[in-house]
Amino acid sequence: MSERETRTTPVEEETAATATRGSFVRATAEEQTLTGYSRRWLRRVRSGELGSLPIIVALIVIAVVFGVLNDTFLTERNFTNLLLQMSAVATLAIGIVFVLLIGEIDLSIAYVSAVGGVVMTLLIREGDPGWPWWLAILAAVGVTTLIGFLQSIVITKAGVPSFVVTLAGLLIWSGVVLILMTQASTTGTIRISDSVIVGIANEFLTDASGMALGAIVVIAFAVSRLQTARSRRAGGLESKPTSLIMLQIVGLAIVTFAAVYYANLDRGVPVATVILGILLVLWSFVASRTRFGRHVYAVGGNAEAARRAGIRVDRIRIWVFMINGFMAGVGGIMLASRLRSVATSSGGGDLLLNVIAAAVIGGTSLFGGVGRVTSALLGALVIASINSGMNLLGLPQGTRNVITGAVLLVAVLIDALSKRMRAAHGVA
Amino acid sequence: MLECRGVSKAFGAVQALYRVDFEVRSGEVMALVGDNGAGKSTLIKGIAGIYPFDEGDVRFDGAPVRIHGPRDAAGLGIEVVYQDLALADNLDVVANMFLGRERRRGGIVLDEASMERAAEETLSSLSVTTLRSVRQRVIGLSGGQRQAVAVAKSVMWNSKVVILDEPTAALGVAQTRQVLDLVRRLAEQNIGVVMISHNLHDVFECADRITVLRLGQQVAVFERAETTQQEVVHAITAGALRHVPGMADSAAVESR
Repeated sequence: MSERETRTTPVEEETAATATRGSFVRATAEEQTLTGYSRRWLRRVRSGELGSLPIIVALIVIAVVFGVLNDTFLTERNFTNLLLQMSAVATLAIGIVFVLLIGEIDLSIAYVSAVGGVVMTLLIREGDPGWPWWLAILAAVGVTTLIGFLQSIVITKAGVPSFVVTLAGLLIWSGVVLILMTQASTTGTIRISDSVIVGIANEFLTDASGMALGAIVVIAFAVSRLQTARSRRAGGLESKPTSLIMLQIVGLAIVTFAAVYYANLDRGVPVATVILGILLVLWSFVASRTRFGRHVYAVGGNAEAARRAGIRVDRIRIWVFMINGFMAGVGGIMLASRLRSVATSSGGGDLLLNVIAAAVIGGTSLFGGVGRVTSALLGALVIASINSGMNLLGLPQGTRNVITGAVLLVAVLIDALSKRMRAAHGVA
Repeated sequence: MLECRGVSKAFGAVQALYRVDFEVRSGEVMALVGDNGAGKSTLIKGIAGIYPFDEGDVRFDGAPVRIHGPRDAAGLGIEVVYQDLALADNLDVVANMFLGRERRRGGIVLDEASMERAAEETLSSLSVTTLRSVRQRVIGLSGGQRQAVAVAKSVMWNSKVVILDEPTAALGVAQTRQVLDLVRRLAEQNIGVVMISHNLHDVFECADRITVLRLGQQVAVFERAETTQQEVVHAITAGALRHVPGMADSAAVESR
């Protein structure tokens, strides 16, 4: 109580100074304490604003169930495998999150990523043409970004729904993968020998650099959070209580260092995970801190309102599909690196469904405007750990499909039910 | 402040507006009333630059202006709050108020703190106190709160004329009250307010003057203090048409 009083004092002075602003400031002063915040959070959860809560519960359930059923599931070896398996799906899912945010869909993403992987692989073949790895990566990502651009032009300029355009794209790019592969190889597989490319998904940080990186992540997070809070408080605005920020920082530190420590028990933190982390930070920043990101959400929430506000809606759509193409290229290269090869079957199987499921399970709405870039990470983690668990249990493919489908259905149901709860509580 | 003289607009064979005179002064609430199809929306959309008038002048602060698009209108300080409000439900109040005109720090990062302060100041200056937080998402707001946000959004940009299309349609009694108070406060800030309404009760509660349109023509302008609802209703349903399209003005007919 005394803490609360001291906290409100400067705010009340402010209120006296600018009496007109009282209505807002007073309401917020009550909630600037930790108890106020946790009470508000509880209220929100009860009224159906679940946030990442279901997914964290799901991850715990998955860990417990598979941990009990199988001895290897919770081992450090399987943990690093999980990180490797997850990286490509999460990378692709980041692009899909952007597409879903503007209320569109991309069904071609798996094969577009395969085109990226194949182009990169063909360009680095020794002596034919033997491009350096970085140039091949640039070219591959350039090609997939261009594919995203072309598809978005058809969607925006001709007004064809993205569902149809990218369905056609699914066929076209799977065909392109087949054509390229059958021309270049008789066996249907091309091995990658470039050590840098193979290293993306097969190299690990040393224990020390893994820890150092973990420390950088935690410090960067702490600095950014504390600075935001300080500048908001300096401007007399509501901000999270310092105690809560400290709790968040400590929480992140525990999770980060535990993960790095556990990975270090095995081979260390995979390079692919570091790349994924950088991409997550970059695109989260774009989505939540820039004007472009704000406009992406606006287009997904109410395209007409965005248009009237002077936002060039089509231009936003084109950029989003280009981002998606770019991320498809990066993900395709990661996949190729992990398998050390590309094949006629690249981009096939359940990759597309896993990617979209990851975004949706992570909490991104299929109807546009709602979701976060980090949901790609959480969703991919769920998908990858379920797959890995079922793999270890030796379940047949049929059973695995049924279970994965059921998990997706549950995720969508939770979303739909929480929406209804929100409506019943008058928040929706 | 804003003055239309003899503006006309035809859609094919339909004469939606015929030589309409319309005026709003700064600091007054001008109600625009008329039956369905009287031309209210057409007049508003012409002023907002959605489409050009076929003939007639528009003057702003006494100087003739040409409004070729919504951007021209916004540039003059004319803001329209449409009936559907055009808010993005998934964004919070601040994001909606600054949509398309976000402030940034260093040209990249959104300046959330400065936008939040400005949004709060604008809302407070209009005495909007029903919002729990400006960081609330619009999806959770009531009809009246949404209207308040939409109106506050329109006055953020040093607007001189704010046009409200049916601001109280679909609102309950208490919320209607709040919105009408809000309309009055706009006028107190020396903004010229145009309010389209079907509800004469609302009009008499907060308008200073009333312009009546009938069949695409302006049939009367009343001072609220000097008229009655009956008189206005009469003008709406049977006001004298001054012109008959296609005929010389001298052949104007009196109301039938």
